[in-house]
Order: sequence, then structure tokens, then C-alpha cells
Amino acid sequence: MSNIEIAIAVIVVMTLVGLMFGIVLAFANKKFYIEINPLIHIVEDILPKGQCGACGYAGCMAYAEAVVINPDVEPNLCVPGKAPVAKLVAELTGKAAAAVEPKVAFVKCAGSKSKAKKAYEYKGVGDCQAASLLQGGPKGCKHGCIGFGTCVKNCPFDAMTMSDEGLPVIDNKKCTGCGKCKTVCPKDVIELVPIGIHVALNCNSIDKGVITRKLCTVGCIGCGICVKNCPHGAIKIQSNLAVVDCEVCVSVCNETTCLYKCPTGAIKNSINEIEKIDKPSTVAAKAVNNNTLSN
Amino acid sequence: MGHYLTLLASNIVVNNFVLTRFLGLCIFFGVSKSLNASIGMGMAVTSVMTLSSMLAWVIYHFVLMPFHLTFLTTAVFVLLIASFVQLLEMIIKKHAPTLYNMWGIYLLLIATNCIVFGVPLINVENNYSFLESTVAAIGAGLGFALAIVLMASLREKLRLADVPKALQGLGIAFILAGMLSLAFLGFSGMISV
Repeated sequence: MSNIEIAIAVIVVMTLVGLMFGIVLAFANKKFYIEINPLIHIVEDILPKGQCGACGYAGCMAYAEAVVINPDVEPNLCVPGKAPVAKLVAELTGKAAAAVEPKVAFVKCAGSKSKAKKAYEYKGVGDCQAASLLQGGPKGCKHGCIGFGTCVKNCPFDAMTMSDEGLPVIDNKKCTGCGKCKTVCPKDVIELVPIGIHVALNCNSIDKGVITRKLCTVGCIGCGICVKNCPHGAIKIQSNLAVVDCEVCVSVCNETTCLYKCPTGAIKNSINEIEKIDKPSTVAAKAVNNNTLSN
Repeated sequence: MGHYLTLLASNIVVNNFVLTRFLGLCIFFGVSKSLNASIGMGMAVTSVMTLSSMLAWVIYHFVLMPFHLTFLTTAVFVLLIASFVQLLEMIIKKHAPTLYNMWGIYLLLIATNCIVFGVPLINVENNYSFLESTVAAIGAGLGFALAIVLMASLREKLRLADVPKALQGLGIAFILAGMLSLAFLGFSGMISV
């Protein structure tokens, strides 16, 4: 074959092969075409796109797809979006909107550097999950905050900072209650509490009172004084810890008696901060709280 | 039968495409950060490589050979694999949505990857029969899956290790890959095909 013949053969073969693949692909595109509901994209646009996963789906797109396609998926699962987003999603998908209970993250530990004893000096990766692998962390108390700020690093909304005392501080105005910090915390020391709760327990230790006392000056020793002093029965002692029933505490209680009776100060009114956000349900509570403070 | 088993074993371990021939290194480092992703990637590569290797053999022997155009192999194979991966993506999206959700992003990543391209090319250069080339491609894919799963498991452990600052991330990954490769080179010469 001469050079020209080869060149012609190359052009012909390549064109034919290319054309063949092209036709097959064009044909396949028609045959295997999948219609995507345009509503999915609209719903996705409404979501806050923090990709936090608080809804239980892999990301905002996955939730948008699920909420449009599956009639059983609730429209109010987006925690950061709160009520406005839930309402819009409900309208778009034609589902009944249920209220989103606004929540914020709360650190159940007050064992700062000066208050909690150390068990050993940790010199490893500055990460709570790594530190907790070494005998449950450098603190004497094996249930408290380790203080390396894994939660702070993982907060998608910049709502957390690390205090000088080695405890995470939550900016309640920025916190959307997505619960990402709760997931990454190896000690499960972060809890999501409803906005408007009066008191919360600043301790996570299930050790017996004697041990807790030795390790930390502000730990809950499970004495039960708060239980006796709560007029609404909102507090119970469970495994050496006072557990506050959030629902009763938010809706019924106005006194916060337990707060002043706690001998170690483990029950705290640190929720004061939360109440600064003006939520209709908490305005009354706020007024009462201000009165008690001025008295 | 024995011959095919030898070929399979040789491509999985002895002539592992990633660790002894250094093909497919970009996805090897790119997708080996988590074990789950690496398993999905390994499966996607294995299936794409097997199917495209079979197709490539057919095109090579029934189109390129009769017209004496074997010098066009590279160009035709690029075309073949790129369009085949697209086709596969459409078919999987339509008929196996669960599989698509698992593979989705990886499928297109490997459209023009060197290992997916290299294996069919090496197969035709070795004058393998259709069956041989299929078995060799399955072996190469499983070898890739083995390498990337090993690497991902190591890197998951590494996340908690105290790595010197200068070596964090890819640096230590390269060193690890080198050590893995050394270990795999220990097999060399055990099976000659």
C-alpha cells in the first residue's frame, strides 16, 4: 500500500469508528434517558447548603431528592434551615409542615483547666478522638470534655470557639443545632438542647459522687438535692447524673430553684445566653429570669 | 485451566499493575483516603477494565488487524474507552441506580485513566487470545482493588498517627506506596507467564 492509500484508510477507519461510537452513544442517551424532577433542584436551592447531614442524608442534594420523591420523608428535617426552610419545603412538596423545634448545642462539662484534675500530660496529635484512644484522654475524669477542639474544627457554621480554659464556647446566635459537633465528640459531651430551657446540667460524669468530687470541683455528684427542690419533677437522677426533662423545663417551670440549691454548681443557668435570642416562647421566661436576677 | 489461574494470580500479585508497573497512580493516591471509597473505586475499575479489554480485543482483531492499521491502536483505544465508559454510565444509571450511587463519581474519573487504557494495550501486545485477555484484565482489576484497599486501610490508620509536619498528607502516602511496592516486588519472578 502506498502512503496515500494508508492515509485514506486511516481517515476512513477512524471516521467510521468514531461515527459508530457516536451513534451508539446518541442512541443510548435517548434510550437510557432518565427524567429528573425539576422540583429537586428548586428544593435544593432553598436548603442552606451547609452539607451538615443533620437531616440524616449525605448532603443537601440527597435530602432534596428524598423529600421530593419519597412521600414519607418529612419536610422539616433540615435543622439549620429551621422553620422558614421547613415551611417552604413543605409548600413545594405539598406536605404538611410540622414545627421544627429549634435546638442549640450545649457542652455538658464545666471541667476547665483549673477545675478538673489531669491524669497525665498528653503529647500527641491535638485531636480529641486521638487523645481519647490513650486511656480515655488526659483528664482525670473520663467522661468530660478533652478540650482539643475537634468539635470546633468540625463546626460548619463557625459557631464554636475554644476558650482559654480549654472548653468549647458555643455562639448560640450562630449555632444551627445541626449536631455535627455531637457526632465527632468521642466523649458524647455535647447535647442538643431546645432553645428556652432554663437549666442544664454541666456535667457528663457517671462516676460515683466520691470519685467525681476527687477529679473535678464542679462535677455532678448525684446527690439529688435538685430533684427534691424542683417543684415540677423535671429532674431525675440517672446513673449518678441529674437528668433534666427539657419539655417540662421549657414549658412549665419559671423558678429555677434547682439552680441555687446545687452544692457543686453543676446545674447551671448557662442557658441565659440562649435566651438572648428572641424566641416568642422564651420571652416570658426571660422576663421572669431578669426579675430573679435583679432581686 | 491452570494456565488461566496462573495468569490471574500473576496479574493480581506478581505483576500488580499499580505496585510493580506503576500504572493508575493518580487514582491510587486520589481515592485512597477512605476505605469505602476505595472499595467502590476498585470495583468500578475492575468492571470497566474487563469490559473495555474485551471490546478492545474485538476491535483490534476484527477491525485493525484486517486493514493492517495496528499503528492506530492507541488512538482507537482512547476513543473506545472514553465512549464505552459513558455508555456504561448511562446503562448503570438507568438499570442499577444503587450501583450508580456507589460508583457515580468514580466511573467518569477513570474514563481516560492510564491503567484502564494500559491493560487492553498490554493485552494485545502480548498476543493474548480473547479468553486470556479477559482473564488478564480481571486479574489486573483485582490487583488494583487489592492495592488501593491496602493503601486506604493504611492511610485511615495514618490519620491518627503522629506524622512529622513536613510529611503530612501526600508525602507520607508516597513513602507508604514505596514500601508497599517494595513488598510486592518481592514476588517478582515467582510466576512467569
